[in-house]
Amino acid sequence: MNLHAIRAIYGFELSRWFRTLGQSIISPVISTSLYFVVFGAAIGSRMGSIDGVSYGAFIIPGLVMLNLLNESISNASFGIYMPKFSGTIYEVLSAPVSAVEVVLGYVGAAATKSVLLGLLILITARLFVPYEIAHPLMMFGFLVLTAITFSLFGFIIGIWADGFEKLQIIPLMIVTPLTFLGGSFYSISMLPPVWQTIALFNPVVYLISGFRWSFYGVADIGAGVSLVMVLGFLAVCLTVVWWIFRTGYRLKS
Amino acid sequence: MESIIAVKGLTKTYASGFRALRNIDLDIHRGEIFALLGPNGAGKTTLINIICGIVRPTTGIVLADGHDVVRDFRAARARIGLVPQELSTDMFEKVGATVSFSRGLFGRPPDAARIEQVLRAVSLWDKRDAKIMTLSGGMKRRVMIAKALAHDPDILFLDEPTAGVDVELRRDMWAMVRGLRASGVTIILTTHYIEEAEEMADRVGVINKGEIILVEDKATLMRKLGKKQLRIQLLTPLSGIPSALASYPLELTGNGSELVYTFDTQGEGSGIAALLRQLNDVGIDFRDLHSSESSLEDIFVSLVSARA
Repeated sequence: MNLHAIRAIYGFELSRWFRTLGQSIISPVISTSLYFVVFGAAIGSRMGSIDGVSYGAFIIPGLVMLNLLNESISNASFGIYMPKFSGTIYEVLSAPVSAVEVVLGYVGAAATKSVLLGLLILITARLFVPYEIAHPLMMFGFLVLTAITFSLFGFIIGIWADGFEKLQIIPLMIVTPLTFLGGSFYSISMLPPVWQTIALFNPVVYLISGFRWSFYGVADIGAGVSLVMVLGFLAVCLTVVWWIFRTGYRLKS
Repeated sequence: MESIIAVKGLTKTYASGFRALRNIDLDIHRGEIFALLGPNGAGKTTLINIICGIVRPTTGIVLADGHDVVRDFRAARARIGLVPQELSTDMFEKVGATVSFSRGLFGRPPDAARIEQVLRAVSLWDKRDAKIMTLSGGMKRRVMIAKALAHDPDILFLDEPTAGVDVELRRDMWAMVRGLRASGVTIILTTHYIEEAEEMADRVGVINKGEIILVEDKATLMRKLGKKQLRIQLLTPLSGIPSALASYPLELTGNGSELVYTFDTQGEGSGIAALLRQLNDVGIDFRDLHSSESSLEDIFVSLVSARA
């Protein structure tokens, strides 16, 4: 195991983040605050509580997931896309590193950033809404697992993308809609029966549901099922990454 | 001679069907400077990229210091440093940080003293805290060399190291490369500046259309294929070559004011003395004379065009 290489990549990626610390931290904090002003304060005050949780508190897990998914994907996809774009990928390809080390460096750094950001959003949310976390360990577990899974997903997008528009298209066209329709701002049980069934095909529903359970102990779907779904998606991403390095897809001719 | 890189039966066919390399066999000797010459698109970069692990070979094997570059890639790559042709750098990164990054990536523990040495060797120590984007093209090229040297490789590939580099910097770079060779590093450089190969190389390989058409000791090559010319400026122009001189391969140029004598550097004696005596005997006076040796460039052009 080339530990020095993992450390080099991980450190490089984190320092890239710290260079743009303002942008990396302030923009999600501002956008989260806006959600709280609009959904929490303005609309939330006219809505009843859901499953015994005030609307402002109810949307917190969904908001964290929304950011976690977006940030994981964009961090990881950008992290591996940029060296491809600028040509500096030659160095990683010619270095004595295996696929495992490359992934640990890039995906590890992206997931670290997302987890830190998720925690930051939780702290920001506390300024607007008082909330309790029923299962803090499970909450952190879901946070970390989701960050890793979607950083891997972002890594795959970054390798697949051969232009900046492709880098944006999957987050924009697929992930954001799935997150908004995944129960960030409502409970699945509030939907008409047909849509409840359709919603079950949305993987993000399971993520948000499991995460919300760790906060309030109630959820649309059992926490166990959520966990299995996250692990399942993680396995799919790992398989795709393994295939990428085996075949050299978009990395080596 | 012990070879540090052994290429055997290497071919590369890209997905597009383009055959970049055809059955390449090549040995690089430990401690030498090897210049790989070839026109654009000949396969120089493909060959280097396969040895360094950036491109996959279609068939054939490459051993670097005895390690298969595919199966035993960790051991092989740890010994190799690569300076690619393109100036690919992380624009926003600082010089010192990017060189330290390279060292780590190649599996070496952090070593601030070594990084300082490397940066001083390429005259970039003053720029260690500068962002790469603020540097000139020549400095960026040196950053890339420093990155390639950061893990103390035994083998250094320089792909077109002096492309777009001014004359002074080119001389500095040559001096640096010689210094590296003196410290025991084997250097393989590709170039289409023949002057560079002539100046630097111990041995020269010529690649054209994916085939190695020649590998030779530079001096031997110059001797074998080199021709010398003696140009004799005449005092009074001649209308034709006198019959007494017919046995010499002479050519009359410049409206009869110059005689050109071409001779093989390998031949037994040059025949110059005899020719001059003969000129004297037939009463041809000359103003000036100078001899010139054909350059590697002439040799290269004749080789490549012969195969075209």
